Amino acid sequence: MDALDGNAIGGVLHEVFGTEMTAATATCASCGATGPVALFTVFLRAPGIVARCRVCSAVVMVIVSAKGMNCVDLRGLARLDAA
Amino acid sequence: MAGTAVRRRLTWQVATVAAVFDETATVRTIELGAPDWAGHRAGQHLDVRLTAENGYTAERSYSIASAPGEPVAITVQRLDDGEVSPYLTTELRAGDELEVRGPIGGYFVWDADAAASPLLLAAGGSGIVPLRSILRHRARSGTAVPARLLYSVRSLPDVIYRSELDQYAASASVTYALTRQAPPGWTGHRGRVNAALLADVAWPAGRDPVAYVCGPTSFVETVAEGLVSLGYPPPQVKTERFGGPGGP
Amino acid sequence: MSPISRGFHGRRSEEAAAPGRVPPGQYVTHDFPVLSAGPTPHVPTGAWTFSIRQAGEVVKSWTWQEMRALPAETVTADIHCVTRWSKLDTQWEAVSIDTLLEQAGAEAAFVLAFSDGGYSTNLPIDDVTGGRAWLAFGYDGEPLDPEHGGPARLLVPHLYFWKSAKWVRGLELLDQDEPGFWETYGYHMYGDPWQEQRYAGD
Repeated sequence: MDALDGNAIGGVLHEVFGTEMTAATATCASCGATGPVALFTVFLRAPGIVARCRVCSAVVMVIVSAKGMNCVDLRGLARLDAA
Repeated sequence: MAGTAVRRRLTWQVATVAAVFDETATVRTIELGAPDWAGHRAGQHLDVRLTAENGYTAERSYSIASAPGEPVAITVQRLDDGEVSPYLTTELRAGDELEVRGPIGGYFVWDADAAASPLLLAAGGSGIVPLRSILRHRARSGTAVPARLLYSVRSLPDVIYRSELDQYAASASVTYALTRQAPPGWTGHRGRVNAALLADVAWPAGRDPVAYVCGPTSFVETVAEGLVSLGYPPPQVKTERFGGPGGP
Repeated sequence: MSPISRGFHGRRSEEAAAPGRVPPGQYVTHDFPVLSAGPTPHVPTGAWTFSIRQAGEVVKSWTWQEMRALPAETVTADIHCVTRWSKLDTQWEAVSIDTLLEQAGAEAAFVLAFSDGGYSTNLPIDDVTGGRAWLAFGYDGEPLDPEHGGPARLLVPHLYFWKSAKWVRGLELLDQDEPGFWETYGYHMYGDPWQEQRYAGD
């Protein structure tokens, strides 16, 4: 199963952040690459959602939805600016 | 409204199936009545959530097939080993309820009133769905933006929206790439989209075009890389990956 | 309150066909779903090593040839994924973790398995010894496919399958239980499928 991209998590991100996020600009904390959230490499078929930097593959975002809550880890991002 | 960030809560709402229409043997369009629908932009998608009697839920995302201003509709391709698509394409019928969340997306969107650049649309398999929304929006808005569509499918019967795309031929060039089977006498492209076909079909980079590429991940990567090689600035190549295999 | 989707059944459970073999909340699948938190690593066996580490030092390490020279066995096991699928009677070719730990000669209370690509998962030492855990290099009579964790993965069938780390490259021996990748994000530290220990606090 190939990876998807950040478009695929647009719904959960909108739920978490309260606004459209696929066009938001993200900076990878590992390599500094900057680009839209839509370009993250996204792995949906896992116990949670893992988004990786398209350039260096470092984990930029992890979302685990369980027990009615979304747990979001953004430590892989140096910066995230909603459009 | 184009280009502004609309801060609005995105919640699940119950929609009613207004009509279903079989586009091909394995593809169905589902038109929805959603009283709280806020309208959508061409290229956006929505999430669908199904709930079984035992409480089990499944969620999937589907691109919106209709243009802004039209009733919201999705087009679903049936995957043989799928869990949700067989239900949506064979069991679901008019009058049934469907939980939806949307519209979603602010990157893979095209607005007719903000557009001037020539449009290149590249679809692999069911990747045609959001691009059809763009083409319908373009036609309804009466904009003079030139457009070209490159559509890669396994064979001609797999083309979704065939008669509609034929109607666009006058105002937008449509090129098919048949990857598995071609009819006798086919003079069009056979096999997967390659650099030569892209060079032939794509707007020259000098026209400052914008491209929307959608379909299985491998198709999107090949075409996006090819367009960048032709000189398209990466920010002007918008991509939406549907995963795969399962494409042409 | 979500409306029930008329006629939608999701994956049908075949629990009736295998009473007592399918933990609560699971359904039986006949395919082998591939779940991953990242791209599939491709490591040639010539470059592969497996290490037991403790306090920042390598206690013992094996090359592929050295590992394959160890006694191996065929393991038949039911496996249970936290995403609710279970697969019965899976067959593996594997070296017992007991063998590896005995050769390393070190002791600890917990392990943290680490993998190519950065994945990790934690287990108590009792759950990787006593014939309960293996280093698996073959599946269904063939070399383990990279998609399923090859060249070698951890195999701990009595716990949820996220504990059976794919692309495993070693075990870190620890005095304290430390959360691995999914455990850090709220998944259960232990993960017993028969007690449905999916998330922390279950």
